[in-house]
Parts: sequence; structure tokens; C-alpha cells
Amino acid sequence: MSGWIIAPIIIPAMAAALLLLLRRSPNLQRQVSLAATALLCLASIRLFMLAIEGDVLSYRLGDWPAPFGIVLVLDRLSATMVLLSGILASAVMLHAIRGWDEKGHHFHPLFQFQLMGINGAFLTGDVFNLFVFFEVMLIASYGLLLHGGGPRRLGAGFQYVAINLLGSTLFLFAVGIIYGVTGTLNMADLAGKVSQVAAGDVALLRTGALLLFLVFALKAALVPLHWWLPTAYAAAPAPVAALFAIMTKVGAYAIIRVFTLVFGAEGGAAASIAAPWILPAALATLAIGAIGVLASRVLVDLVCFAVVWSMGSLLVAVSLFDERSLTAALYYTLHSTLIGGALFLLSDLIASRRGRSRDDLEPSPVMANAAVLGGLFFLAAIAMSGLPPLSGFIGKLMILDATRTSGAAGWIWGIVLATSLLVIIGFSRAGTMLFWKSEAVAGTLEPPAPARAASLAPAAILIVGTALLSLGAGPVTRHLEATAQQLVTPQSYVDAVLGRPAQAQRATEVR
Amino acid sequence: MEILVASAIGVLSAAGIYLILRGRSFPVIIGMTFLSYGVNVFLFAMGRLAVDRPPIIASDTTVYADPLPQALVLTAIVISFGMTALIVVLALRGFLETGSDRVDEGIPKLPEPVDERLTS
Repeated sequence: MSGWIIAPIIIPAMAAALLLLLRRSPNLQRQVSLAATALLCLASIRLFMLAIEGDVLSYRLGDWPAPFGIVLVLDRLSATMVLLSGILASAVMLHAIRGWDEKGHHFHPLFQFQLMGINGAFLTGDVFNLFVFFEVMLIASYGLLLHGGGPRRLGAGFQYVAINLLGSTLFLFAVGIIYGVTGTLNMADLAGKVSQVAAGDVALLRTGALLLFLVFALKAALVPLHWWLPTAYAAAPAPVAALFAIMTKVGAYAIIRVFTLVFGAEGGAAASIAAPWILPAALATLAIGAIGVLASRVLVDLVCFAVVWSMGSLLVAVSLFDERSLTAALYYTLHSTLIGGALFLLSDLIASRRGRSRDDLEPSPVMANAAVLGGLFFLAAIAMSGLPPLSGFIGKLMILDATRTSGAAGWIWGIVLATSLLVIIGFSRAGTMLFWKSEAVAGTLEPPAPARAASLAPAAILIVGTALLSLGAGPVTRHLEATAQQLVTPQSYVDAVLGRPAQAQRATEVR
Repeated sequence: MEILVASAIGVLSAAGIYLILRGRSFPVIIGMTFLSYGVNVFLFAMGRLAVDRPPIIASDTTVYADPLPQALVLTAIVISFGMTALIVVLALRGFLETGSDRVDEGIPKLPEPVDERLTS
């Protein structure tokens, strides 16, 4: 049964190699890539079914006993995230095969490698492997970001690669420190050992934990480490930017995983070490994101800042690290990934229909499919800015409810609600410019734009996804409550990996 | 030996950080390289410094060096080497296409053909 756990890593890896061989026949390559993504989706559904039975499952690569070998771990959280990435990837792939994949070389192999990295990061149970899968994900993302070329992408690409190389270096420093003081990198093993670190090494351990937090915060675009995101995502090809919507969530996932399991409430000298840093940074992220939304003059910039803003809301909830707030954070993760992807796809659809105006927020002659696109944009804007009845509203309500008893509730409520208003204003202004004011502009667009209504389908799928998330909020929330429950009681995770009670484990093999 | 290794890591990291904060792409890349050398030595030292101890099982010895950091360093070297090659190519292409190697002046806004034009 547990052999299934490696499927979301193996499928894209094999597909990527196969796709490289097929590079001379683009049509076949498209079909294979689409089939591989669909297969990945099926495998993640299978894993999800396994995970919701409630047990944590682990898979030992090469059957080396943990903590010496490498393990992949499937619990409710990782299964949910893998399923989410499968769904997002399918919609993005449907969008990409309408032309974007032909604007450069090797789109499909890079896309599959990116999925392999993302899924690997969600499934791994080992800090060093987390680093390796981060690198797989990032290296593929460098290629995807540069897909299509052009000076703007090269400029943005240099900054993106440079900041992530720096992040990787810091990750290695953190891994080195943690290994140096605990003698292990297996997360389940670390969970038992961080509380037994010698008194002289406590400062080192805390440094390592905070360096690790810094790296994850960089991936999650937490202010002040957010500035690379709008530059990079706005320059990236639209389907790539849509797929990148889950990359920030990988950062958030890593924060949730490591700072509940290893440096959680029972982390000894480094217990709950990240929590005091997350809250102020997340509140600043909310403010900066909302101001960016208001200040944007181009739709794709607006979407980028909306993504930064949504990461702020998500991490505000994460910062409390209790069951209710984690439930809210996870619901918001699902919501913001789907809607972030949908908005990037929509901004591409709008840009491709408006000739020279592209997606600049100024009136132009009426675009093709304006009514349908306007409707989709309206729904997406409602969901993103958190107006009822879509999932953004439910997510925000859950976050506000979960933070009600926190000491900083006044700050959280004030900033979340005020920035929501700013984002609503930003999106209404964008929609007014793009759709309503354009009605008054005479003339035709040049060059004439394609008007295939079918090309709207992938964005529509993602928006339907958020609608389903709102309709099924009851069952989804119950599942996420069970997930959060599993996160705040990490003992089942530790037992699943080490296969024996942690007490017996502690006696052996401390450096 | 500890002093030597520790100060080597410190000097490499300090030089790397200083260079990364420069305004042109070449010093930034050199700085990245220094920093990744620094972290490689650091990772290696995390298995404790030992002389004349094999990391794999040998018949004539009973004391071993920790093999794990060595494996980690190998992975880290491969990744950082590949990434350095990538960023050098990126910087070069960027310089050739935009005529500037400044990294602190934002993204150049050049006229592009309309079908390839990107936003902002």
C-alpha cells in the first residue's frame, strides 16, 4: 500500500525523461504531458483516499530503516497538498497547450520536473531531502520563468535565480547547524532530539531553526522577503505564473510542517520559535500586498500583489499554531492556490484579447468574449478579495474566528479587514477599467485578437474549483480539522516513521 | 585546525556577502560562489574535524569519520556548481540583450514586438 506514496514523484520524473526523448514531435509531447498530469492527478486522489483513513504512512526508499535511510511520509496534510498541486497542474497544463508551450524549448519536461519537485517537497520526511526537492523545484522554475525569452524575463530571471541561490545557501547553513547539534536530519527523529540538545548547543539550535524559518519565509513571500515575487511572477509566462501559485504554498507548507513537528510546542529550547516572528511579518505582508494591489497599473502586477496579500492572510492564521487557526490556514491555502492560478490565467486571456493595450488597466475597445471573461473576472475577484459567498469569504471568516481569542486579535482583525477593503477597491477599479469603461471606447482592437471561447475553460475550471470549495465547505473543513489535529499531535507521525515509541529511540544513537 | 577552518568559513562568507551587495552582476555571481564555498566547508565541518579516519568501513581501523556530511556536501557542490553555470549564462545573455549589467536598477523596459510584449 505504501508504495503508492512515491507515485507523485516517480510519474513526473519518468514523464519528464520520456518527454525529452519526444522533443521532435510537439503534438505527441503535448499528449504525453497531458496524460502524465492526468495520471498524477489520479495517483494523488488515490493517496488522498489512503490518507483520509487517518493513519500516517511512511515509505522507506531502498528499505533502509529510518532514521538512517530516506523516508517519504504521507499524512493528511501532505496528501491534501499533493492533490491540490495535481488539480492546479491539470488546469494549467490545459491552458499551456493552447500555445504557450511552443514559445520556447522544453516546456513540458521542465513542467514535469517542477511537479516532481513540488510533490517531493510535500512528501519528504527528511530536512535534507526537503532541500533537494526545493532545488529540483527551483531549477525547473528557473527554466520555466525564462520560457519564451526576452530582456524582461532575463532581468527578472537573474534576480529570481540570485535570491533563490542565496536562499539555498542559507538552507544549507541551517541544515548543517541542525545536523551538527542533533546528529540527524530525519524530521521525525529530530522531533525527539531537539528537546535533548546539550545546554551549550541551544543557541546554535535556535539559530538553525530561525535560519530555516528565514528560508521558508523567503519561499512564502513573507515581508520583507516578498519583493522578488511581483517582479518574477509578472515576467513569467502566464501558465508558469499560475503554477507558481503553489510554490509560495510550498514555503507555507514547510513552515507548518517543520514548526509543528520539529520546533513545535515540544521543541525544547527551540519550542515555538518562529511564532513571534510570523505574526508581525504576516501583518506587514497584508499591508504591503494590499497597497501593491491599489498601486498596480497592470492587471498581472495586481494579481501578483493579491497573491502576496493572500500569503499574509494565510500566515496570520499559521502564526498561532493551534488547531483552529491551522484549519483556517489550510482552508485558505486551498482557496488561494486555486484562485491565484485562475487569476493569472485570466490576466493572460484578457491580455491576449486586447491587442496593444494588453492587460494595462486603462480603457480600450471592447475585447472578444468580454461578457464571459467579465463574468469570470467578477467571480474570481469576489473570491480573491473575500466577499461572500465564495471561498475567500469563508476562509477569511475562519481566520478571523480562529484569531478571536489571541492577544493580538485587535491588530489582526483591524489589518485583515482594512486591507480586504483596499483589495476590493483595487479589483473593482481593475474590472471597471477593463470591462465597463471599455464599452465607451469606439474603434476596433489591433491586431485582431483570437476569440475562441474554449480557451477560457482552464480558468473556468479553477473558478468552479473555488465554488466547489465554498459549497463543500462543511466536509472540507471537517477534513482539515482532522488534518490540523494530526499536526498538533505529531506523535503519530513520529511513530509512523520510526516504527517504535520515541522513548526507546531516544536511548540510542545520540552523538 | 579549528581556528583555520572556522576563519576560512568566516572570511569566505563575509567576502561573499559583501560582493552580493554590489551593484553589477559579475561581483554578485562571484559573491554567490564564495558563499557557496563557505557553506560547503561549513557542512563538511559539521561532521566534526578529524584526520586520518576513513568514512567507510575498513578492516584495519575502529574509528570512523562521519560519512553523512560528506554525502551532503557532494550534493550541495553539484547543485551550486550547476546553478553558478546557469546564472553566469543568464547574466551574460541579460548583458547582451539589454546592454547593462546593473542588477540594482530594476528590470529594463525596452520596446518589444507587440505579440511578445509583456506587461508594464
